[in-house]
This record gives sequence, structure tokens and C-alpha cells, in this order.
Amino acid sequence: MNIVVCIKQVPETTQVQIDPKTNTLIREGVTSIINPFDMYAIEEGIRLKEKFGGKTTVITMGPPQADSALREAISLGCDEGILLSDRAFAGSDTLATSYTMAMAIRKIKEFDMIICGKQASDGDTAQVGPGISAHLDIPQITYVKKIEEIKDNQIVVERMTEEGFEIIKMPLPCLITVVKEINEPRLPSLKGMMRAKSAKINMWKAIDLEMEEDRIGLRGSPTQVIKIFTPQARPKGQIFDGSPEEAVEKLLDTLKDLTI
Amino acid sequence: MDYLLSDNQKMIQSLCRQIAEEKIMPVAAELDKSEEFPWEIIKVIAQADLFSLFIEEKYGGMGGGVLELCLATEEFSRGCGGVAVSYAASALGTFPIILYGTEEQKQKYLPDIAKGKKLAAFGLTEPAAGSDASAIQTTAKKEGDHYILNGTKHFITNGGEAETYTIIAMTDKSKGARGASAFVVEKGTPGFTFGKKEDKMGIRASSTRELIFTDCKIPKENLLGKEGQGFIITMKTFDISRPGVAAQALGIAQGALDAAVKYSKERIQFDKPISSFQGIQFMLADMTTQIEAARALIYATAREIDSGSKTAAKDSAMAKLFASDVAMKVTTDAVQIFGGYGYMKEYPVEKYMRDAKITQIYEGTNQIQRSIIASALIKEAGKNKK
Repeated sequence: MNIVVCIKQVPETTQVQIDPKTNTLIREGVTSIINPFDMYAIEEGIRLKEKFGGKTTVITMGPPQADSALREAISLGCDEGILLSDRAFAGSDTLATSYTMAMAIRKIKEFDMIICGKQASDGDTAQVGPGISAHLDIPQITYVKKIEEIKDNQIVVERMTEEGFEIIKMPLPCLITVVKEINEPRLPSLKGMMRAKSAKINMWKAIDLEMEEDRIGLRGSPTQVIKIFTPQARPKGQIFDGSPEEAVEKLLDTLKDLTI
Repeated sequence: MDYLLSDNQKMIQSLCRQIAEEKIMPVAAELDKSEEFPWEIIKVIAQADLFSLFIEEKYGGMGGGVLELCLATEEFSRGCGGVAVSYAASALGTFPIILYGTEEQKQKYLPDIAKGKKLAAFGLTEPAAGSDASAIQTTAKKEGDHYILNGTKHFITNGGEAETYTIIAMTDKSKGARGASAFVVEKGTPGFTFGKKEDKMGIRASSTRELIFTDCKIPKENLLGKEGQGFIITMKTFDISRPGVAAQALGIAQGALDAAVKYSKERIQFDKPISSFQGIQFMLADMTTQIEAARALIYATAREIDSGSKTAAKDSAMAKLFASDVAMKVTTDAVQIFGGYGYMKEYPVEKYMRDAKITQIYEGTNQIQRSIIASALIKEAGKNKK
């Protein structure tokens, strides 16, 4: 079974601050990490390979420094890393990013499954995973919390919803995005770290992929960010103690007082 | 201080640090309270290939040496002395096989230990034989193709949890220390059972138990080295394992210092953080200086052993003696810096202090270390005279 895991290098969220003047992220001096949700995608990709055999390829789009994210994924057990890095990709929104990723995966050719984290911690759009499947014209299921079975070229998964979960079956090849409930990511092994250190990372540029020029980078990105701002912190809510009856009583009194 | 570690050594250090911070520290207080053996962490360490550090590549190891083992033990000890000793004691139990095992014995035991599938333990101490190792009472009597073991070992680290035990027993009591021999005994061998589990002051996550041998029959192939070599095997084992105990002490001291520095910056008294007071600053300065001196001595000793030196007994003893005394001093001072809070179990430093104490005692008390150092020193002086 050949698996492709898509990851993104993001600023460590605990360190992110927004410049109050420009309303943009202050990226200087901030450590880059693999998007936390992608760690679950990597873990699932490695587990599937360990169970069914085959190969797990990890792919990312970003600046040359994103090489370290791929090496980390290899230290955890991924077999190969592909870095999509080109000035022509700069300024990509989720549409252009998912198109570029899809074209790269098309070049890999042999794959049974694509795994993405449910969303990135910096943009929070959750659009790139579904976008990739659309460009490749393969089925997708988002928010997967468990892979129940893979048999006869079909996969059965549990998809998390707000109230519970759905059980869905779809044919391979397909794409899933995963939530943190799916597994507990492992730490790297020493042998993995040594392999990662000497691993060759394939660097692909726009010219290496068959794609339409006006669908990549800034030109291929219809999304325009008008404004980024820090929303005002919500005031702390009020909690009413006591038995349900008493609490309801207190709540009604408060609402009456506020004439809501 | 830059110790000019290789890339691989830095990698080991950073991986072990990550395990200590993410997997050990969050549960250290709970393990100390429950005395539960840290199997989950042992599995993480195994999966990270860290039990293979001290084993030759030929047997599935990474071929690292004593320095690599010390780096790992130091980092784990920063997290929890009890977890770290469970790791280090597996190395201690394995060293006799590495040093004196035949090719067959190595093939049989080392690969599983390297994978972390099996833990090892070393059984020397008995109720009446502590510092005086020649006083051991456990006997191994040869009968045909077997040895029959009888006796009781106590205070055995990893007792009950380990699968592979190196046991020192008397094959000829009349010869005293020269009548001792070393054997490998596997858990599950009929006649080999476990007794009382000790309720300890510190390193409480580790298992310390009695090993009881009652007509325990083992094949003669389980003898390590030759009959009568038990005592020399023990000494050669300790020569290379003592830097590991020193590294435990070092890690414990570093953990306590880290906690003390952090606390001194947060704790406000007289409207200032206590780190701004010279009384605290001088304590912190002494603590970090002593720790760095211990580290330098340990790493230098480990490198000496790894370079193939056969005369590291004195340096090993000095590293263990110095580092463990530093650990006791530094952890006591860390509690002092925390003041009343330091005495409470809610804060981590009293545990570091309890964990530190054992490093002055096991694998040879610090009084025994001084005897080793002094006799080596006097012997050297005698040689120089000629």
C-alpha cells in the first residue's frame, strides 16, 4: 500500500504574536514545527505501511527550510520526502496550493491513499486536503477519527461529527483528513534520525510538474486577504451553581434583570 | 560548556531530552507516589532504539559506548531517577555478557536486550554481603551438565521486571572471592522466584526486589567466563558501569538546578524575585559550577573507557564519587532555595533530593569508591618510584 502524507511547516503556535500595527504574524525568531494535526497524519501513514507494507511518502510545499519538516517525518518512519519549492509558488492560497500539491502527487503516480491533517494551525482553513482530492478527482472523507478496515480496495472509516460519528465506506485511491483522536504520534527513533540525516530530499520546482502557469502562486490565487486583526477577547461567562432547578431560576432572574 | 560531542551523540542527547520532557517529567511525581514500574516509558525508550546504544552492531545494537550511555542516562535522570535507573540497570546486567560472554551467549541474549524486548538485571548483593562482596552465600553446585543455585539476593534493581539476570554465586566457598562465578539466569527458570519488593526513600518508580533460588537448575552453558571469575567479572563490570551511576547523579542534580533557577525567578519576596538576591545567586553559581565539573569528569572518564583503556577503575570511581556527592549537595540546596515549598511533595525538588541519596550508596558506596581511588593512587606512586 503506497501512502502519501501531505504536511505543512507552521510557526509554533505558542509563540505566535501579531504585530498590532501591521496586523500580520511576527515570524522572526519563531520556531518552525510540523503542523500538529499533520503529526497524526504522519503517524497514521506509518502505521498503515507497517500493517500492509508498501511505502509512505511525505510531501510539503514551502521555502527551502521546510526540508527540516520532511526530515523529521522521515525520522518518524516515512520513507521518502518531496519538497515543492519555487518562487513561482509564492503567494499561493488554498486553491493554488491544493492544485500544486495535486499535480505533484499525480507525478508520484502510484498511490492508494493520501492523508492530511484536518487543518493547519496557522491558516485554519481545512481546505487544502479536500482541494487536493477535487483536483485529482478521487473521493475524500474529512475528520477521520478511525480507520476501521481496508479490504478489497475499499476503506471503511469513522468520521467525526459534532454529535458523534459516521461510518463511511469509499473506494481506493482516496484522500482522508484526520483528527487528533485517530492515534498517538510516536517519537522518532535513533535509527530513524540517522536515516533522516542522510536522506535525499527530492526538490521539485514548477518546471518539474506538468501544470498550468496561471493556476499557481499569486496568479492562481483568487483569495485576497483584506484585513487580519486580533478579535477582542470574549468576556468571561457566568456560571450558575446549585441544582438544575436553582440554576435555571438564577439564569431566568439574570436574563430578566438584563431585560433580554 | 562545549564537550565537542559528535553529531550522533548530540542526536542521542536531544532524543533523550525529548523523551524526558514529553514522556517522563509529566508522570514522574505520580510514578514516585504509586511505585508503579514505568513500562510505558520503557517501551518508548525501546522504540526509540535507546536500549541498543551500549550493544555492538553485530548483535543488533548501535555500537555506542559508555559516553552514549551516559548521555542518555543523564537526560532520563533529569526527568526521573527511578526511570533512569531502570534503564541503566539493564545496561549493568548486560555488561557481564558483553565483557565475558561467548559468541553463542552474546547471540542468545544481546539482540533481545538491544531491541528493548527484554530488560536485564545484575544480582550480586545479599543481606550479609554488601560492600564485602566476597561474603556472598548463594551457591552454585555443578551436577553433570547443570549448576544448581541456592540462596537469596536482595536489593536487586529491575528484580521481577527483567527477563535476563546475571547472578554471582559461589562455586567453591573454600576459595573466598576466588570461588565466585557469574551465571545468566532467565526469568521463569524453575526454582527462581521473587521475594519482597522494597519500599524505598527515592527512585521509587524502579523495582528493587529479592531474588530467591531454591534448587534452581540451569544448564552449564549459562556460566559466564570461567569458574572462579565471578569476582573479577563484577569488578570489570563496575569499572564501566560506574560512569552511568555518575550520570544518574548528574542528571538528578541538573534537574534540581533547572527547577531552582526557574523558581528563583518567579518567587517574589521583598518585592523582588529571589534570584536578584546575592545569597541565592551565590548558591546557584556554586551549584552550576559543581555540576559542570562533575559533567567534565564523567564525560572524560567515559571517553577514556571507550578509547579502550583498561585502567579506568580509579577514574570511574572518582566520577561516581564526585558526581553523587555533588548531586546530594545540589539537590539539598535546591530544596533550600524553594524554602518551605521545597519540603512539600507538591514541588519537584524534594524528590530530586531523595533520588540523589542512593547514588552515594549503590554500585559501591562512596566509601568503597574512596578505597578504590586510594589503593590505585598508592599503587601508582609505588610504580613511579622505580
